[in-house]
Amino acid sequence: MLGKFTLGAAAAVLIGATALPAAAQDSIYVPLLTYRTGPFAGSGIPIADGMHDYLRMLNERDGGIGGVKLTIEECETGYDTKKGVECYESIKGKNPAVVNPYSTGITLQLIPKAAVDKIPMLSMAYGLSPSADGNHFPWIFNPPVTYWDGASVFIKYVAEKEGGMDKLKGKKIALLHLDAPYGKEPIPLLEALSKELGFQLILYPVAAQDMQNQGAIWLNVRRDRPDWIYLQGWGAMNPTAVKEAVRNGFPIGKVVGVWWAGGDDDARAGGEQAKGYKSLDFHAVGTDFGVIKDVQKHVIDKGLSKYPKDKVGDNLYNRGIYNSMLVAEAIRTAQAVTGKKVVNGEDVRKGLEALNITEARLKEMGMEGFAAPVKVSCEDHNGHHKVFVAEWDGTKWVKASDWMEPMKDKVRPLIEAGAKDYAEKNTGWPKRSEPCAKQS
Amino acid sequence: MDILYKIFLEPFALMASAPDLLLQTLWEGLVSGVLYALIALGFVLIFKASGVFNFAQGIMVVFAALTLVGLHEKGVPAFLALILTIGVMFVLAFAVERIVLKPLVNQPDIILFMATFGLTYFLIGFGELIFGGNPKQMISRELFLPQGSTDLQLLGGLVRVQHIDIAAAVIASLMIAALAVFFSKTRIGRALRAVADSHKAALSVGISLDQIWVIVWFTAGIVALVTGIMWGARSDVSFALQIIALKALPVLILGGFTSIPGAIVGGLIIGVGEKIGEFYWGPLIGGGIETWLAYMIALLFLLYRPQGLFGEKIIERV
Repeated sequence: MLGKFTLGAAAAVLIGATALPAAAQDSIYVPLLTYRTGPFAGSGIPIADGMHDYLRMLNERDGGIGGVKLTIEECETGYDTKKGVECYESIKGKNPAVVNPYSTGITLQLIPKAAVDKIPMLSMAYGLSPSADGNHFPWIFNPPVTYWDGASVFIKYVAEKEGGMDKLKGKKIALLHLDAPYGKEPIPLLEALSKELGFQLILYPVAAQDMQNQGAIWLNVRRDRPDWIYLQGWGAMNPTAVKEAVRNGFPIGKVVGVWWAGGDDDARAGGEQAKGYKSLDFHAVGTDFGVIKDVQKHVIDKGLSKYPKDKVGDNLYNRGIYNSMLVAEAIRTAQAVTGKKVVNGEDVRKGLEALNITEARLKEMGMEGFAAPVKVSCEDHNGHHKVFVAEWDGTKWVKASDWMEPMKDKVRPLIEAGAKDYAEKNTGWPKRSEPCAKQS
Repeated sequence: MDILYKIFLEPFALMASAPDLLLQTLWEGLVSGVLYALIALGFVLIFKASGVFNFAQGIMVVFAALTLVGLHEKGVPAFLALILTIGVMFVLAFAVERIVLKPLVNQPDIILFMATFGLTYFLIGFGELIFGGNPKQMISRELFLPQGSTDLQLLGGLVRVQHIDIAAAVIASLMIAALAVFFSKTRIGRALRAVADSHKAALSVGISLDQIWVIVWFTAGIVALVTGIMWGARSDVSFALQIIALKALPVLILGGFTSIPGAIVGGLIIGVGEKIGEFYWGPLIGGGIETWLAYMIALLFLLYRPQGLFGEKIIERV
């Protein structure tokens, strides 16, 4: 009897196992590596919800993309590289269309795997800056900007405020950063610009263990008296840094965060005195856009989201929406390029390479004024698009500058040199064999 | 030659030329030290009573603070939320004694230590389930904790003292003093010391081990709540706070695992030492040294006193 039961159970498992790929053929599998727990959850939750809610909205409103439903699955990484790699290993066999690692540390670990597993990776405005070089990294995409672009815009913004690039000579510009791969990313660009423009670059690394214990760092700030601070923090580090700036009487208007240091909770922590804190951004905040209204109508109001209703439209929530919009547009482009409805990783790589989100397309998606057009090419997997400076007005982020072009002439040569260097250091790094994909 | 100058002369020259900055650094170190001492105290209390290194102390800090803020978010007035949180910490202490400790009596210490790991992960999951992973702001104003700062013109410069830091130092000092009196002057305190010396001897004179463990875990819970309020007011209340509890390790190595004065002195030495180290010597190697400097300081002390400054001398009978 037991033997029959065991045989039956084994048969059921086998049937189930063989049935899985067949079921997967009916939908497009989009895994999301997210973190809703741990020290970085404060930043991770709004992004995770934004990403999920946009894709869910497409399922609810349009029945997916091109008539094919999306299977959305989250895997909790806790912003831990080890767990992130485990997540990747657990999802790679399920035919993912694209992987969003949502951590520079995890991205760095997955870069060598992408080409082997034929799964494209979208590290949207994070990850390894040189991976923007499509000739060396055909499977990695990081639009719309790299950290190096962001740092160059910050320097341009400082120059604008100081009265010109020549006025930067002798200035002290500090980078307050998480002592992790993500935090260190802008250093090469800032070092290069420091040599060229003559400003003194001061680095303040903050260990993850001391994210909420920055007293000593801010004593150094008080001693060194930097003129400007560029904040490349994440999770609990950001609100603590804003609070410490306020506590230490550092002019808050001269602290500019990278786009990941622009969470509503990051700024809110500083209270009334955080008014004037700045952050780079590449999309709008608020709910006054067709796309957000659709998310509210089809997902939030139906109770299909985990995100609090009153926080929809927050900066990092909208960041998640933007991220999923790129994913969805890559899938849509892949369908157009390949003529297939159910696309796989190899198809979506082509879709990402042919990505061209125009102003007209943005309008069609209800994103007019929400973001700038994005175009990616086979050589340039980033696009180095424009960003703007946002300012915290005490209750919300408001646009505080025009769209600013990164210093492409400085960034691009560094990207190409960095990519070449990466390929040389990683023995056996494959030469690009993938043909360039173009939208017909 | 240049490096010798930077190590041995420049920092002292800076101290002499900017004594206000030195004073500010000392103050920051002192405040951090008091807070480290408070975290270490939670570890010491439980280690004294049960010989267990309570790995869950860090998450207890987060759990207590989240309960307080979470209750207030649900509309409970601040001081009622405070009382209810104290109640929750009592229930937690009771549950730990009944579910975790009691079934493991007479098991090796390492088993109890591993059980506190389990407790940590349970509290992380339970806390996230109930309160979510979002950081929350401490209800400082509602608890009448002082805000703002005072600028003092001292030593030819400016020393900025945050009012919340003064409150933290005063409250932590009062708490430590109260605990010292409680454990040395009261009947329960004497019973605890008896349990710390020998479980069997304490049982033989009629001391209830169960009762003592509940009291000790409850006291450690109160210490965790105070620590959570103070750290939470300085930054915010998030699960990242539990990492700060790791700072208590060098404090314990330094002060000894069984000594309340050791936790205090150790906390102050580590707090002041790491701030001075980071500020004056950190820039030499690119900064960010305070994380490991605390362990270096503790290790240096260990070379001369393996049992810590105030720890009991290790005597193994053969």
